[in-house]
Amino acid sequence: MARFPTWVVIALTGALSLSLAGCSSTGGKRAEDARKAAAAQGRAAVNTPRWTFAMITHSGDGDTFWDIVQSGAKQAAVKDNINFLYSHDAEAQQQAQLVDAAVDKKVDGIIVTLAKPDALKAAVARAEKAGIPVITVNSGSAQSKAFGALTHVGQDETVAGEAVGQELTERGRKKVLCVLHEQGNVGHEQRCAGVAKTFSGTVENLYVNGTNMPDTQAAIGARLQADRSVDAVVTLGAPYADTAVKAKADAGSRAEVDTFDLNAKVAAELKDGTLGFAVDQQPYLQGYQAVDLLWLYKYNGDVLGGGRPVLTGPQIVTKDQAATLEEYTKRGTR
Amino acid sequence: MTGTTTNRPAAHPETSAAETFPQNSALRRLLTRPELGSVVGAIAVFVFFACAADGFLRASSLSTVLYASSTIGIMAVPVALLMIGGEFDLSAGVMVTSSALVSSMFSYQMTANVWVGVGVSLLVTLAIGAFNGFMLTRTRLPSFIVTLGTFLMLTGMNLGFTKLIDGTVSTKTIGDMEGFSSAHAVFASTLTIGGVDVKVTILWWLGLVALASWILLRTRTGNWIFAVGGNKDAARAVGVPVTGTKTGLYMGVGLGAWICGQHLLFSFDAVQSGEGVGNELIYIIAAVIGGCLITGGYGSAIGSAVGALLFGMTSKGIVFAEWNPDWFKFFLGAMLLLATLLNTWVRRRAEATK
Repeated sequence: MARFPTWVVIALTGALSLSLAGCSSTGGKRAEDARKAAAAQGRAAVNTPRWTFAMITHSGDGDTFWDIVQSGAKQAAVKDNINFLYSHDAEAQQQAQLVDAAVDKKVDGIIVTLAKPDALKAAVARAEKAGIPVITVNSGSAQSKAFGALTHVGQDETVAGEAVGQELTERGRKKVLCVLHEQGNVGHEQRCAGVAKTFSGTVENLYVNGTNMPDTQAAIGARLQADRSVDAVVTLGAPYADTAVKAKADAGSRAEVDTFDLNAKVAAELKDGTLGFAVDQQPYLQGYQAVDLLWLYKYNGDVLGGGRPVLTGPQIVTKDQAATLEEYTKRGTR
Repeated sequence: MTGTTTNRPAAHPETSAAETFPQNSALRRLLTRPELGSVVGAIAVFVFFACAADGFLRASSLSTVLYASSTIGIMAVPVALLMIGGEFDLSAGVMVTSSALVSSMFSYQMTANVWVGVGVSLLVTLAIGAFNGFMLTRTRLPSFIVTLGTFLMLTGMNLGFTKLIDGTVSTKTIGDMEGFSSAHAVFASTLTIGGVDVKVTILWWLGLVALASWILLRTRTGNWIFAVGGNKDAARAVGVPVTGTKTGLYMGVGLGAWICGQHLLFSFDAVQSGEGVGNELIYIIAAVIGGCLITGGYGSAIGSAVGALLFGMTSKGIVFAEWNPDWFKFFLGAMLLLATLLNTWVRRRAEATK
């Protein structure tokens, strides 16, 4: 201590006590830790052998949606005493190669998404041949059975779109703008087509560059300015809902903004009425159920769905449910 | 760049200096090989994953790794040649998708034998390559700008034309059309060699590496490629056809894109129009890890193959080792830096001992 001048010691002590006293009482890392602790954790609830399940998705890097799927899958893996492996690649060929690698590893079960079904057909067949049970999740409900998967867990995109179209009709809307943020995604096309199918008014598609938020905001804003008759905007991903809200404010439009999928921001905006409704496909459930169903199959030969997809959505979420969901979205499980 | 660092001793005067030190010339020649750094790196990564990853050494796993490497390696060969020639191509990634789309849609719309589509696709990709080369040599714009333009145009055309012709974002399946099975055999079949499934792309890859190495080391064209990459003006002064060589190199990239694209098409029947973006960087990374200099005039075809192999081993090794794939890009970047540093260091050492 003798080597430090007194003023340094005083300053350090002061700074330390200030930083302790000056802690934010809301939000931040501490609140997050508290929420995480509140989320279910625990240890294996069964004593079956430690099987290894691999999940291979078509997710890009750093995607919130797939993070939630993963946390559901991990939760089930902990409970079922499963060694859970996750990998992903947005490029179809690479995703197929990842499935090949999982087969080579001789894992005990594979969970795969069929966003680009043709590309994965051979890889899934190879898994079947090697005697590895496969469950498809999220996308590919139409191909799942034909490819030889046990079952499919996910939301039928067309059905989800239809639910949105119905809800919009009930809300008395006349002209809807369906915002597609990913050109080349078949699921997105199906969603907007589903909306058009059941909606009584007109639906117009708007393609935006989803990887560039300012650009997306400008595109929606420009369209709303140009066409004053649009009275509802539907975005296909939770992050785009808030962008649409901002674009709406820029354009001075009075359109209602609705969205597919949930996140913390969407839950908050549903609660305060900024957003009309959200349709949730419950990604947590997709991950959780897939792992759990594989475990059930290995343990007890059980298969759910009777050859038909097990649907995890669409669930329409409005202001009424938003308050309870807000906490769950913050901890990353809804 | 003055071309003093090429791996082609015969074309350069400083090798006569090397011959005056016969006791160390063999070692020096080994050290100045452009692929040395990547070979050392590849061995290290292989040993690493062999120890760290369960099941990595299984024959079927290695065949998966080789397959993953081959789909990158087929493109890395012409991309490496182009880099030796002093240019690079940002349109290479989407050109693969374009090639598959053209082939599939032409066959389907014309209800023709799929081989007709395959042929048309070859013409189209070669034309895109020629366009790149023509724009580059005529306008004298840097290759970065020219191929960035082509990259954007192709990305747009892939989506636009597919939506226009097929009405959706992916092509219709051509699996039931005439000629499909023979085309599948050529571009996407799986051979069983000694009980192990080997994808035919691996053979294409090895063939391309051999062909490119022969061109580089044994033909006059190879001399020209090193010359235009080393010093374009000096090369022109001694009568090297700079325009022709560069255009030819771009058409080589077109050829590689055609092979990769046909493989995509015939292994999956249908093609997604939005794919391929970002792959151009992977090809360039493979070539650079394999010892190609961004400034041109230096590199080898075998090096690009080792670079692609490193890429394949890392991307699949992480899966076998059960690591979190979030770290893959970090690992790749670190490897790129290390390989390049090692290369530069070895080269400086070799030059200093002259």
